[in-house]
Amino acid sequence: MKIHEYQARTLLENYDIPISKGEVIFDLKDAPAAFKRWANPYCVAKVQVQMGGRGKSGGVKRVQSPEEAKAFSEAFLGKPFSTYQSGGESKTVHSILITEDLAIQEEYYLGLVIDRSKNLPVILLSKEGGVEIEEVASKNPGAIQKIVFSPNLLSKGTDILSITEKVFPSKNIAKQISAITVKLARLFVEKDAAICEINPLSLVAGEKVMALDAKFVFDDNALFRHEDIKALKDPEEDDARERKAKEMGLSYVSMSGNIGCLVNGAGLAMATMDIIKLAGGEPANFLDVGGGATADQVKEGFKIILLDKRVEAILVNIFGGIMKCDVIAEGIIQASREIALQVPLIVRLEGTHVKEGRELLKKSGLKIISCLMIKEAADAAVREAKKFRNSHVHSCR
Amino acid sequence: MSILVDKNTRVLCQGITGKAGSFHAQKCLEYGTKLVAGVTPKKGGTFVGTIPVFDTVEEAAQKTGADTSMLYVPAPYALSAIQEAIDAGIKLLICITEGIPTLDMAKAVEYAKSKNTRLIGPNCPGIITSGECKIGIMPGYIHKKGRVGVISRSGTLTYEAVWQLTSVGLGQTTCIGIGGDPIIGTGFIDALELFEKDPETQAVLMIGEIGGGQEEEAASFVQRNMKKKVAAFIAGTTAPKGKRMGHAGAIVSGSQGTAQEKIAVLEEKGVQVVRNLSEIGSSVKQIL
Repeated sequence: MKIHEYQARTLLENYDIPISKGEVIFDLKDAPAAFKRWANPYCVAKVQVQMGGRGKSGGVKRVQSPEEAKAFSEAFLGKPFSTYQSGGESKTVHSILITEDLAIQEEYYLGLVIDRSKNLPVILLSKEGGVEIEEVASKNPGAIQKIVFSPNLLSKGTDILSITEKVFPSKNIAKQISAITVKLARLFVEKDAAICEINPLSLVAGEKVMALDAKFVFDDNALFRHEDIKALKDPEEDDARERKAKEMGLSYVSMSGNIGCLVNGAGLAMATMDIIKLAGGEPANFLDVGGGATADQVKEGFKIILLDKRVEAILVNIFGGIMKCDVIAEGIIQASREIALQVPLIVRLEGTHVKEGRELLKKSGLKIISCLMIKEAADAAVREAKKFRNSHVHSCR
Repeated sequence: MSILVDKNTRVLCQGITGKAGSFHAQKCLEYGTKLVAGVTPKKGGTFVGTIPVFDTVEEAAQKTGADTSMLYVPAPYALSAIQEAIDAGIKLLICITEGIPTLDMAKAVEYAKSKNTRLIGPNCPGIITSGECKIGIMPGYIHKKGRVGVISRSGTLTYEAVWQLTSVGLGQTTCIGIGGDPIIGTGFIDALELFEKDPETQAVLMIGEIGGGQEEEAASFVQRNMKKKVAAFIAGTTAPKGKRMGHAGAIVSGSQGTAQEKIAVLEEKGVQVVRNLSEIGSSVKQIL
C-alpha cells in the first residue's frame, strides 16, 4: 500500500527525522495563508499524487507569492495529473503540499527495501541523490552502499556510523545521516514497510541534513496489525475496478485488450494472459480468483470483467487445487444467468472435482464453449471474440 | 528415489482443525501420505477423521515420530507456528499459508537457517513425490511416477505443467512448490542442487514468473553446476510494470524482474525456455 508524501512526512516527524516545515492543503482558498506561514521568502508547492516524476511533469514549483501559490493550486486541484513515469495513467489531484523553500547544497539518497536474494531488509545509501536510484544503480553501482540487516537486530548506530563516515567525509554530516538511517530502519521494521525511500536526503544551510521527499510503500500482508497505516489509504488512488475486486478478495489488474480472463492462481492467470497473446489476441485483464474462492466471488469476478466495455469474450481457466471445479462451475452458471451474459464464454476446467464441474456446466443448458486443453481454449477465445465483434458491428449498422 | 519426501516421511499438520487444513489433510491421507498427527492449540485429544490432534508440535512429534510439518496456520500466527515447529525439532517444514507479512518471513527464514531446518514456502502448493507422499494442496491424481523434477513459484500453473508431463508420459519424481512471496525458505538453486543429486531425476523443469532475480541466479547455477537438462517456463510476458500480479513477489519494479529479461538470461545460460504454456510437456520430452 502506497501513501502520499505529506503522510510520509508525518511518519518521519513521528520518528524524529528532520523534514522541511510546511503543510498540506485540500482547498485552494487555504493556499495563500499556507504560503504566508511557511515562506522564507518563497515556498515550494508540490502536487500530492502517488507517482514518480512529478517534478519533471510540472507538479513541483517554487512559488513566490500567495497569489502564485493559489494559482498553482487552482491549476492542479481536482484535475487529472500524469507523469512520464505513470504509463499513460492519470490520477486526480486532491491535495497540495506547501513547504518552506530551502537552499539545497547537496542531495543524497537513503532507501530501505527487501533484498530478495538475501531474504532480509537492506539499507541503500548513496551520495548521488535527487535522481532515480535505478539510474545510479545502472550507471555507477559502486556509488550505492548496501547494508543488509536482520529485523530482529535493528541496526546499531555504531555499525551504520562506520559506513556513513566512509561515504561522507564530514563527520557532522555522517553522524546526522547515520542517526536518520537508524530511525528510518526502526520505522521500516515497526510499521512493516516494503519501501521507505528518502530522495533527496538534502544538505541545507547550517550543515543540516533533512528529508525533502519521501516515498513509502507498506506490506499489504501486514496491514492487519497496523490500523494507523491502514487509515492512511487513499482509495481514490486505485483503479475503480481494481478497488472493487479487492473488496471482494480478488486480485485484478486492468489491461488494454478485449479478452477478459478469470483464472485461479496468479501464475496461471499470467500464463493465461501470455497464451492469449500467443494465440493472436490481447488480454483485457489479469484476474486471480484465488485459492479458496466461493461461487459468489466468481460471480463478482465476472461483473468486474464486464465493467470493461471493451471485453468481447471471456476465458475462464481453472485448475483446481484448493479451489474445486464444481464450486467454480456453480459460480459461472449463477453469474451467467444473473447478468444475462452476452459475450461468448469459453471455459476450461481441470483438477479437483473436475467431473462434477464439467457435468454442472453441461447440465446448465447455457451456451458455454467447454475446452479440455488450454491452447484450444485460448484459440477459441480469440476466434469467438472476433466473431462477436463482427456480428456486433454488423448489427449496429 | 526422490528428493526431500518419500513413502517413509512422517508428517504432522499444523492448523489441522481449520477448513483448509482438515480438507487437505484428508486428501493427503487418501493419497497415501503418512500423515500421523495434527496440531492445534487447545484442541489436543480430539481427532480430525482418524488423525489424532495435539496441543503442541513437540507432543505430536514425540508421540507419533513425525519429523515433517505441513502448515496451514493463518497468516497472523504463522511466524510463531513456524518457530514452534523448529524448536520442536521438525526437520522439514512446508508452509502453505498465504499472506504472511514479509518481515515475519525474514525472521522465519533466518531462524530456520540457524537451526538447520529446511523451510519450504510460504504461499506455495507444497511438495509431492509421485505415488509416495503428498504434502500440500495439489490435486494428487494429476501426478504420475516418472523422470522429471519440477520446481515452481506458482500453484495452479504447476498443476498445469505437471498434468502435461503426465499426459506426455514423462511423469515426475518430486514436484516442489517454492512459493510466490518475496522471501521464501527454499529457492530454485536449493532445489536444483537436490535434483542434480537424485539418480531418478533425469531432467528438471523450472516454473518462474516476473519479479526478483532468482531465475537469473538459478540460470547461472545451472550453467556452472548442472549436468542434467533443465527446461523453464516464465509467466508474465504480458504483465505491466509496477503492478503486483496476485503473488506478493510478482512485480516488475522499474526494469527489474521482467519475464523477457529472465528468458534471455536463462537461454544464454543454456536452459531450454518454453514460450507456449501448452507446450511444456512436449518441450521437456524433446530435451530428454
